[in-house]
Amino acid sequence: MQIYLPIADLSVNVFLVFAMGLAVGFISGMFGIGGGFLMTPLLIFLGVSPAVSVASVTSHIAASSFSGAINYWRRRAVDLALAMMLLAGGFIGTAMGVWLFTVLREIGQLDLAIALSYVILLSAVGGLMIAESVRAIMRERHGKPPELRRPGSHTWFHGLPFKLRFKQSRIYVSVIPVWMIGFIIGFIGAVMGIGGGFLLVPMLIYFLRVPTAVVIGTSMVLTLVTMASATVLHAVTNHLVDAVLALILMVGGVIGAQFGARAGQNMRGERLRLLLGLLVLAVGLRFSFGLVWQPADLFSIRLLEGE
Amino acid sequence: MRIPAILTALATLAMVCVVNEPADAERIVASLSTHRVRINSSFTGLDLVLFGTVERDGASAPRRGGYDIVVTVTGPRETVVTRRKARVAGIWVNVDSRTFVDVPSYLSVLSTKPVDKIAGPEVARRLRLGLADTLLPQQIGADVGDVVPEDPFRMAFLRLKESRGLYLESSDAVTFRTPTLYSTSIKLPAEVPIGDYDVDVKLFADNKMIDRTPSAFEIIKVGFEQFVASAARDYSTLYGLATATMALMTGWFASIVFRRD
Repeated sequence: MQIYLPIADLSVNVFLVFAMGLAVGFISGMFGIGGGFLMTPLLIFLGVSPAVSVASVTSHIAASSFSGAINYWRRRAVDLALAMMLLAGGFIGTAMGVWLFTVLREIGQLDLAIALSYVILLSAVGGLMIAESVRAIMRERHGKPPELRRPGSHTWFHGLPFKLRFKQSRIYVSVIPVWMIGFIIGFIGAVMGIGGGFLLVPMLIYFLRVPTAVVIGTSMVLTLVTMASATVLHAVTNHLVDAVLALILMVGGVIGAQFGARAGQNMRGERLRLLLGLLVLAVGLRFSFGLVWQPADLFSIRLLEGE
Repeated sequence: MRIPAILTALATLAMVCVVNEPADAERIVASLSTHRVRINSSFTGLDLVLFGTVERDGASAPRRGGYDIVVTVTGPRETVVTRRKARVAGIWVNVDSRTFVDVPSYLSVLSTKPVDKIAGPEVARRLRLGLADTLLPQQIGADVGDVVPEDPFRMAFLRLKESRGLYLESSDAVTFRTPTLYSTSIKLPAEVPIGDYDVDVKLFADNKMIDRTPSAFEIIKVGFEQFVASAARDYSTLYGLATATMALMTGWFASIVFRRD
């Protein structure tokens, strides 16, 4: 069944878009990530313009992260204090990211910068996560006790001032690294047009040593706030949010996210991290192939923005 | 249903032509099946019918070579960037770009024969009949001007537009049903841009253009599509808030529906 999208100005198959929403929603619910780094390329592949894709995906992510966040909230797996502190850093990071975005666009190398940062970030993060989780699984196989929080595993930032106790996460750290993580997520999110959940989750796990279950719930709250405000911002500044496309995506997305969240909670932390690592690495490799392999067509056309 | 409509329109046209006796030997008359294409949620593209007659005054002898017709349909103008990738340090990056200024978003050249065979390549170029001869001005520094037809950016632009069905050149699309009655169909793909479209119908005989007539149609969004598009443009804050609220409602609704505990 074809439907005409009023803002994207093209006709798409409803069931195909719905299935895409379902699949990405499942992944986002399972890992607590927004899934923007998967959905945006999929929509561009369908023929939706990159600008409309990025703008419309924000509302889809808001919907599936809200449904996921409610789930985790009921299970008391959300650290609201941590989410608020991350958001505080995130706002500054977003403002800086938007500034860099404008500069890169003036230079004319925005596309390359985005593609390269996708490759570097996704490959590095994916690779690190795989290595760490494989080590954890191997340790377990050899009958060694799982590596819990060791008292001696304090790093340099544990000596920083302004310490705060995050009860839900059972951590006692300075707010400075928390703000820094928020800043980085906001900065990268604004430049790359992603929610940044796939970066936030490993950062909270490895740097702050927040338990995996709490990380996902907290990440979802953060994604929800940033993506809901991004939806409004995109609608106001660019008029590019396609509500019809967004609705199809989000209905599929929330259903998928429900099943994804359940699948995620029945899985062991390190397995979950291994799977997310593989997924992130796969997308990173896909982007690097796109850079390295000769494209089928060396030329591309794009409507000049603002026309 | 379409044929009686065409016949009625033709009858009307014929009457008009009797009243305005042309000074030239022939004139061309054209009519469109509709002047307003409505885009609703089930729009997947459309074929518009263009039809008409070659009116001949009684005194002149029929042309031996017959008539040829070229129909040019031009959509609203847009500015498009064409980029070229090249390998730099092992990776493929956009190294070069050309900006095509105010070029047709949609362009369709429909004719009875290949355009350079209708009136010769010289006339075809002068009248800018085919896609290869179409004016596609590029931004060159501070100036705007067209380049040679072999320009790789120009060729790539045409090729990419053609692959999306937005540019089209068909040398057998116009057919004569009788020696003077012709018709053709204008193919509009699903992603056709909205706006005003100009139709130019040219009549050729004996290697020269003997008459031309303009026509036009518009493509508009209607109903829900129009409502969403205008809301997004005119009430953007409200639209954004509504979309965000819709997202939250959808998420909340799903968590209620799927609640197990």
